[in-house]
Parts: sequence; structure tokens; C-alpha cells
Amino acid sequence: MTEAIIFELSEPGRRAANHAPAKEPSHALPAQFLRQDPPLLPEVSELQVVRHFTRLSQQNFSIDTHFYPLGSCTMKYNPKVCNQLAMLPEFTARHPLGSTEHAQGFMECMFELQEMLKAVTGMSAISLTPMAGAQGEYAGVAMIRAYHEARGDHERREIIVPDAAHGTNPATATMCGCVAVEIPTRPDGDVDMDALRNAVGPQTAGIMLTNPSTLGVFERQISEIAEIVHEAGGLLYYDGANLNAILGRALPGDMGFDVIHINLHKTFSTPHGGGGPGSGVVGVNPRLEPFLPIPMVGKREGDSASPYVWLTESDRPQSIGRLSTFMGNAGILLRAYIYMRLLGAEGMRRVSEYATLNANYLMTVLAAAGFEIAFPQRRASHEFIISLKQITRETGISAMDFAKALLDRGFHAPTTYFPLLVPECLLIEPTETETKKELDAFASAMIEIRDQAHESPQAIKDAPLTTPVRRLDDVRAARQLDLVWKPASELSE
Amino acid sequence: MLQQIGIKDTEQLFDEIPADLRIDHFDSVPDALGEAAVIRLMRSRAAADGDAISFIGAGAYEHHIPAVVWDIATRGEFYSAYTPYQAEASQGTLQVIYEYQSMMAGLTGLDVANASLYDGATAFAEACLMAVRANRKSKSRKILVSRSVHPVYRQVAAGIVRGQGIELVELSLKDGCTDLTALKAFDGEDFAAICIQQPTFLGTLEDVDALTNWAHERTMFVVAICNPMTLSVLTPPGLWGDEGADIACGEGQPMGIPVSSGGPYFGYMVCRQAIVRQMPGRIVGRTVDLDGKPGFTLTLQAREQHIRRSKATSNICTNQGLMVTAATIYMSLLGSEGLRRTALQCHENTRSLAYRLAELEGISVAYDMFFHEAVLQLDRPVQPVIDALSQQNILAGYDLSATYPELGNALLVCATDARTEEDMDLFVAIMTAVLGQSEAA
Repeated sequence: MTEAIIFELSEPGRRAANHAPAKEPSHALPAQFLRQDPPLLPEVSELQVVRHFTRLSQQNFSIDTHFYPLGSCTMKYNPKVCNQLAMLPEFTARHPLGSTEHAQGFMECMFELQEMLKAVTGMSAISLTPMAGAQGEYAGVAMIRAYHEARGDHERREIIVPDAAHGTNPATATMCGCVAVEIPTRPDGDVDMDALRNAVGPQTAGIMLTNPSTLGVFERQISEIAEIVHEAGGLLYYDGANLNAILGRALPGDMGFDVIHINLHKTFSTPHGGGGPGSGVVGVNPRLEPFLPIPMVGKREGDSASPYVWLTESDRPQSIGRLSTFMGNAGILLRAYIYMRLLGAEGMRRVSEYATLNANYLMTVLAAAGFEIAFPQRRASHEFIISLKQITRETGISAMDFAKALLDRGFHAPTTYFPLLVPECLLIEPTETETKKELDAFASAMIEIRDQAHESPQAIKDAPLTTPVRRLDDVRAARQLDLVWKPASELSE
Repeated sequence: MLQQIGIKDTEQLFDEIPADLRIDHFDSVPDALGEAAVIRLMRSRAAADGDAISFIGAGAYEHHIPAVVWDIATRGEFYSAYTPYQAEASQGTLQVIYEYQSMMAGLTGLDVANASLYDGATAFAEACLMAVRANRKSKSRKILVSRSVHPVYRQVAAGIVRGQGIELVELSLKDGCTDLTALKAFDGEDFAAICIQQPTFLGTLEDVDALTNWAHERTMFVVAICNPMTLSVLTPPGLWGDEGADIACGEGQPMGIPVSSGGPYFGYMVCRQAIVRQMPGRIVGRTVDLDGKPGFTLTLQAREQHIRRSKATSNICTNQGLMVTAATIYMSLLGSEGLRRTALQCHENTRSLAYRLAELEGISVAYDMFFHEAVLQLDRPVQPVIDALSQQNILAGYDLSATYPELGNALLVCATDARTEEDMDLFVAIMTAVLGQSEAA
């Protein structure tokens, strides 16, 4: 069921004509500015477009079609109503630079979203502009740097990162002109405190932590870590990737964090969209407030007809500045706002309750079936890790083979080979929106694959067989780069 | 389930969180609303925004978007999938990105595109970083940027590149375009790149051939910032000057994305084949599977943060996949002829509007050569005029006086294909009244 490349469907002169002016528009542009040959784009009918992209969509696994326990990504159900309402014509047609009196409805949503995010994180102020987790991280570290610079503390360039951290953490430190210093994790999954004490000093700008960590456990020494880092003059950055696990159970602000980013596409259920758009809003405590990225939404006191206003350069002169052309992924922010209003305070506490219940249930079922749990003595957060290293040793079947065999059984694979510390690992995050029945079916599939690994390993090595393509040649993809379609006539040249 | 886990109640699930950190409720978060109530709430919020008629461009352009685009892009299989790390289960998303990369290469006349960045401003910032990495003939960490580049792009990029010790040096303007005579001042100085926007933020057209050749003679890279809609009409960056630009980037929003308060949009980036390994972001390649059947996968991942960590080309992880899906559907529907007619309709509408407004006393067109945005010179401060029109449901344009004070009282207007003759009649009539003139004047 290979679908042709859309260019291969092309017939010269064919087009979906009613989407562009029927009459040739006039112009007086000098020839020196004009392109001679039209760009190579497909020439197809509307129905061809509809069929082609509908068929392509059917070649995807998605939350709407499959259990998708991709660890650290929080692939929960995205309520349909959030999308439908964010796409109301007044919202989609609003120009970002339109006057505020024509934006009071949108801005009221944004102001209330800022307020709700303050409440669920324990931070004192929020900026909604960062467009993804990595940009939220960038904003956070840039604020930490700005804070030290504003105090005349110019030597603080080191960002401490546990070795279990997401790759964006050290990459962000570099982007901000800092140096990432990795510290090890203890066998029980918590940070090695001696290593931390040795790492901090007058060069420390801050530490980036995810809590619960990417190892799927809550960092129990967090208050002590905060004390050590603050004592050394550094600040604490909270990577909100795993906020789903503790929503309504603990506040990052109470743990001593100075700055945090929240992935709205994880905890607050905005769509993953095949890899984005995301949203990485940032929150801070009072000492970092002046540095928040702009614009933010403020509310004027009194009974003005237009109480909501943009806070920009003139209101916030110490800001690290702008991170996007306008105000970030506004439509995604609307979807998160709608989701939070649907759930309300109690619903958001149920998120962490069921996410954690599902993870711990699935972990104990797999443990009982003999799978090796990476941190068996610990309570799982909303996700957990199993290591397949013994099965790999015995059968030659790797974590990647397991992942592919799961696809054949109708499950998207968990995250593989992350975190890097645990060999042959699967990071499994079921989320709160799955039923017990779905979890049991997944566990059965895992057991079946393991049994088959012992009995007929080749069958697992051959997987997947039911997907549109079998395993792909990644080496060829990187060596014989084919990144752009070309007509046969050009290829034979 | 509790029994299986070996706990009595769900509170025990959180027993590793130290007691002094536990909370049992949220302060100041409203109670849940049913779906019907949420629909009522959001409809009333949307109504409060109203339906003003916009003549603002300045980096976001309202075009007709065929119903097909979002009907298909929001199918659950696209909307609720994630990054295609499991290629066999993500061929739909991967093939869409491959087709998108092909279309962007065609539009820009350059070799290879990535799978998108966040938006125009951040794509520009990443292009600056990439130019410094990729230009092996220059040791400079300075980049020339024309003042005709979108002012917020310059602001965002300056902030992002500063962290890596890179400086943006401004090129001044003359008659709304980069001042070619002022380039002499930079002769003999090493720069990693020059950045040129076409059409400019002011809607004018640069002599891109002269600028490109000047830069290449001095071993600078050329970074082109272009609105993809206009590339169906204007010379593509790959053909600028004798050798073409090295990197093209910009805002993808005009390709089927609604203006929606500024996002989500997507940034695009395309470059010469020789420097693809310095490109940030995800890239999709076509390869074969075990049976020799063609298929698609993420490739050149050794550049990226999840492999290279602190040595990655960028910290970027997310792209704007859903927006790229919409854009690919949009470009397929319009084709090059549909894009060309749409772009020229915007040009014709803006010209018609600008010269009609210029018939009023106190308004003149600042530069005669423009694509689909025009600078109007007013005889009075701009903001009060904008406010007065806004009262009458017309968004008159972008006030240039803060970002381009040297232009005096200047208003940037734009009339896309989404604006009708009636919209423009209304704009002219209300502007006439606001300026205190009678219709016949």
C-alpha cells in the first residue's frame, strides 16, 4: 500500500481552480524581479489532493487510532472540542497586530491561562510566548544568565545537568553561551549528592532538573538540592516535561525552583501534530520576574471596556526580549486554556492520580510477568523503565526489536534507548486516558513477544510485517541523501 | 488495580513525595465546566474579538484557505501523532514532510529543506547561527543585516545569537531599500553573512542580484528571507546574483495557515546541498526497506540534540509538523499557477488601495515599487488614525513610527486576496471621514 509521491500524480495544467482568482491579475513589476520558470509544484485536482493526504494519514499510528505509550511524551487523548473551539473563525481571523479592543476575548483567555498556570506550578508570574519545550528551556537559562549579569555576577557560566536529562538540556546550555556540567545519578535513581556538592561553586549559574526525573521516579532530595544550589549562588530550573505526574500533588514553586517551563502539548493535552507545534510556557518566582520574555498579557484595574493589555518593552525593560515574531503559538495556548477549563481544579488532580495509577499498575503487571524493572524498589511516577538486557543476552532480541514487534500487535512502541543510562530500555508512559483493558492487552503483547523471542527470534527480527513498510535502511538514507523529489528526466541527467 | 500494585488507596501512589511538599487542592483554579458550558464560554469570548476587517500585513497575511486544508490536517491520524521516530508507523507524516521539503526546494530554487522551525523570526535566528557555522571561509562572528528585514526578526535573532557571541550589524536604507552606496564602508571587513529580505518588510523590492554578488565577492554567505507566497512570482533565492543565495528562510504562514493571533505558524529553511550537515532541525530522507520497497525516515540525526547533546547544531526538538502538513496540502491544491495568481491578486489589491488612499489630501505613497505591502506617508501622527479606524471596525495597518522613526508618520498597509472591492471601498470611505474630508474631495 505504497502511496505515490504527489508529484507523480501531476498532469500539466491541471489544478483545483476555484481557490485562486479566475481572472489574471494585472501588475507592473519590472522583469528584473520576476522568476522565469514556475516552481516545481504538483498539478492535481482537489479530489486527488483529498485522497492522497487521507491515504497518507492512514499510514500513521496516532493517539486516536492506537495505544501510544511513548515515555516522556505524555500521549494522552486530545479532546476534540479544544480544537474545534480554538478554530472559531473570530480566533483564526484575528491579526496578531490588531488593536486590543478587537482582542479582548482572546486576551481574557490568555490572562486567565497565565493565572491558572501560576496556581498549578506555584510560580509568581508566567510568560506564554515560548513555542516549544526547548524554547522554554532557552528562555529559562537566558533569564538565569540575565539575573546573574544584572547583579554584576559575570563568571557564572556553568549549568549542572544530571546524566539522565533530556538532550535539549545540555544543548540549551550551549545555545545560551553556558557550559553543561553533567553529574551522575545514584543506582536508586536520585541525584548523587556528593557529586552535586563537588560540582557547585562560584562558577555555577544553575541546575536543570526534571522532577519526577526521566528515570520515572520522584527526586526525594529536592529540597536539599535546592539548598545546596542556592547556597552556592545558583538558581534552579524545572524542566516541566513530567509535570503530568504531580499535577495537584506538589508544586515546583514549593520545591525551591526559580524558573520552570511547561510543555502544554504534554500535560495540557494540546496536539502533538506529528512533531509540533508545541508550547513551552515559562514561569518564575519573584526574583526572575523582571526578565520574563515578552509580550505578556496584563489587566488594567477599573472598569475600562478593554481591560486587557499587552505588556511589552516599555513595561518590562529588563526582559530577555522577544522569542517569536508575535506572541508564540497562540492557537495552542487557546487549546490548553480550553482543556484546563474542561477539567477544572479537581479534574487536573485526577490527571496525576490516574496517570500514576496506570503506570504503577502496568509496571507491577510486567514485573510479575518477569520483566526487569529498572528501579524496582521505587514507586513509578507516570512512567517507568524496563530493561531488556537479559532477554537481549539470551536471545539476541534488542529493545528496538521489541519496539518493532509491538507495532505488529497494534501498539505504538514506548520510547527506546532513552534515558541513555539504562541498557536496552523501554520508557513506558501509559497516561491517564487509557483503560485497564488496554493496559492488560499491552502487557499480554509484551509477554507474547518475549516468549517468541525465545522460541523463534527470527520472527521478531523480521518485524514489523503489518506496517506500510518494513524496517528501513537508515544507513542508506544518510549516505545516499534523497531529501527532495526530482522528475525522472532530471535524475537521468 | 490497587490490589495489583499492593496499595490501599491512590494517595499512596504519591508516598515518595516528601510530606512537606504535598498539596491536597489548588488555590484559585476554577471548577470544571461541561463541554456545553465551555462551548458557550468560548463562543462569547470569540464574539468579543469581533470581526474587524484587517489591512495589516507586517509578517502575517490573511489569504483564502481552501476547506480541504484544515479538514484533512486535523484528522486524528495527523493531529494526534507524534514525531516520526518509529518510521514504520509514521510513513504518512514522513512522506508529507518529504513532499513539503520538495515543494520548498522548488519555490526557493535551493537544494534541501528541513522539516520546519518554529516561525519566521526563529528561522531567521537559526539561519544566522548556521551561516556562522557553515561559512568556512570567514572567521567572523559578525553578520550584516539590512534594516529592511522585519524589525522583530532582527530583535529576536539579536537576542538568540548574542548568547554565542555573534553580533548583527545593521545596513542602512535609502528609498525603502538597502543603501547600496553605504556598502563601501564595510569593504575589507570580514563578515560571515549578509541577510536580505525580499520583498522587504516595507513591501519594497531589493536589488538582490547586486547585493548577492557584492557579498559573494567578499566570501560572505547570503541569507535570503522571503515570503513563500511571493516566490511564485519573484526570482527565487537560488537564482539571486551569479551564484544564488546560500540559505533561504522565512515565515511559512501564508501557505494555508490562518493568522490566528500570531501562531502557530512555521518557519522554513532551505539551503545548498553542500552545507546540509550544518542545518538545524529534523530532515526526512527517502530510502528503502528490507524488501527494497521505498520508504521514508528521519535522517542526518547526528546533528541533533538527542544524539549530540551539548554539541548539537541547535537545541531544537519540536518542529511545527501540523502546520507543515497544512502547508503541503495548501501548496498541492494551489499549484504554482494558483500561488502566482493569489500573489499577484494581493499585489493588485494593495496597489489599488494605496493609490486610492493617496488621492486623499494628507496621504501619499512613499515608494512606488512594492509587492503586496505599501508605505503610506501621512500628514499627521499615525496611531490616532489607526485608533479612529479601529472604532469603525477597520484595522488600518501597521504604524511604522516606532520601528522606523526616520520615515516620520508612516503607515504600512496590505490588501490580500481576502479583501474584496467592498472592503476597500469601506476603508477609503472611513479614512476619508477620519481625515475630516468629504467623500467627494
